[in-house]
Amino acid sequence: MDSFLQQVVNAVSLGAIYSLFALGYALVFSILGVLNLAHSAVFMTGAFVGLLLVDKLHQPLWIAAPLAMIAAGFVSILLEFVAFRPLRQRGAARMSQLISSIGAALLIVNLAQLAFKPLWGGTEAYFPQGLVPDQPIVIEALSLRIVPIRMIILVIALALVIALQYLVMRTRIGQQMRAVAFNQRTAALLGINVGRVYVLTFFLAGLLGGAAGLLYGLVFLNVTPFIGDDVALVGLTAIVLGGLGSINGALVGGFLVAAIQTFSIAIGGSNYKNAVVFGLLFVLLLARPQGLFGQSESTRA
Amino acid sequence: MALLEVSDLWVSYGMIAALRSVSFKLEEGQVVTLIGANGAGKSTTLNTLSGLLRASAGSIRFNGVEMIGRRPDRIAAMGMVQVPEGRQVIANMSVAENLTAGAHVRRDGRTDEELAAIYARFPRLNERRTQKAGLLSGGEQQMLAVGRALMMQPTLLMMDEPSMGLAPLLVKDVFRIIAEIKERGISILLVEQNARQALAIADYAYVLERGKVVAEGTAAELSNNPAILAAYLG
Ligand SMILES: Nc1ncnc2c1ncn2[C@@H]1O[C@H](COP(=O)(O)OP(=O)(O)OP(=O)(O)O)[C@@H](O)[C@H]1O
Ligand SMILES: [Mg+2]
Repeated sequence: MDSFLQQVVNAVSLGAIYSLFALGYALVFSILGVLNLAHSAVFMTGAFVGLLLVDKLHQPLWIAAPLAMIAAGFVSILLEFVAFRPLRQRGAARMSQLISSIGAALLIVNLAQLAFKPLWGGTEAYFPQGLVPDQPIVIEALSLRIVPIRMIILVIALALVIALQYLVMRTRIGQQMRAVAFNQRTAALLGINVGRVYVLTFFLAGLLGGAAGLLYGLVFLNVTPFIGDDVALVGLTAIVLGGLGSINGALVGGFLVAAIQTFSIAIGGSNYKNAVVFGLLFVLLLARPQGLFGQSESTRA
Repeated sequence: MALLEVSDLWVSYGMIAALRSVSFKLEEGQVVTLIGANGAGKSTTLNTLSGLLRASAGSIRFNGVEMIGRRPDRIAAMGMVQVPEGRQVIANMSVAENLTAGAHVRRDGRTDEELAAIYARFPRLNERRTQKAGLLSGGEQQMLAVGRALMMQPTLLMMDEPSMGLAPLLVKDVFRIIAEIKERGISILLVEQNARQALAIADYAYVLERGKVVAEGTAAELSNNPAILAAYLG
């Protein structure tokens, strides 16, 4: 078994990915008041497009990564136009929007399955070895082996999170997002184009979700059309932990879930990791439906 | 040509007709008030003017331009700005952020000057710039809602029961502020249940009852109408 410190390092880098992913749920929820359950398919899109660009089109990662994020951003926008907006405009219940997003997720995953077959001859594909530096940095004194990609992920994820915080809290468009999240009628009376804010929110959620998917693929090197299933539950648990529409809550929640997963694997083996996360979600929903930190309105985006 | 000309406006919520052939107009520089009891259709009228509700028939001409079918944000940008019922300040934003939230629609670009003027007029808001708007008192929130609307450079300011829920002293303040705004040449459509105060300040008034205009006239004319006197001026 790895040392405790080693587990912490692993949990932190996994947590960074979970947080990025969970932020997408939180952003959309804060504005729509609806969970976008197709966000896991957006995550998969990031990994899929990244792999396609690197493996089939032989692009370097620094080109593939932003393109994969943008592609995921556009898939996310598409969800707004296809799965949410038409229902919202008919005044449909939130539940039907939720169901519609599940349907959209299935559709996107099926499309990816269709594409995987001719491209990679199955439903599993791998990032080429050596694409990212994989020689661990060993720190003997602490009996620590750090795979460089894990540090790179942490830096990228933190940079994206800081950029998002800046956008939401310090720019005019962020101010408009917060106004729409507060009340869309009030925002409209303030001359804010609410529809455009929705589209932008979905795009941002998609960028972050796509980045999370690609980074996840790079850590574990393999990609499948079902890669989103790995994180769907994790992401939901993270935002429930943090308080549904809260950006800071999603961040903290992502790291917490990663820590719990990592240590439960270390103790009990990987078979139980999802059971532990699900158990946690269940207990939490019963005990503190408002989230661990009982985040108030004031931190909503 | 009147600044605002509403004719034969019909609006319904599902099967229920909330406005039935409402017509009124407002000349540039005037304060016009719509008075009426709870549920008369006052907010429905303002929300239709603002584009939040869709009229099933009728027309709304602002500066001679038809406004029905336009998006609310476009209507606000064209100078028809609403201070909604219950203030609707954005509770989790600071006072300063509330004030600037709609300022992007200004056509003259004098955002900073207007902001300074608002802070000078409402020192309480200035003292609380960085505080969350949700922590302000009701009166302060009303000042904030009015200031936020002024930041949008309105040609026509539509106010939905600005005196609602305020102590008598603050109600006086609100009406003084309305008079000041009129002095600046901004036209005002004032929705009120506080008929006495509204008539005192208005150039012309309409009385709305169950979705219909049942009386209209100058303040003097309405104050001498025994039915109005009984029903609204108690
Ligand atoms: N969202 C809605 N759905 C259905 N009916 C509504 C809705 N909003 C208002 N109504 C109805 O439309 C009528 C007019 O309501 P409106 O809010 O315009 O009245 P009001 O004059 O502003 O009243 P108040 O002084 O209480 O604010 C009322 O009968 C009300 O019950
Ligand atoms: Mg009303």
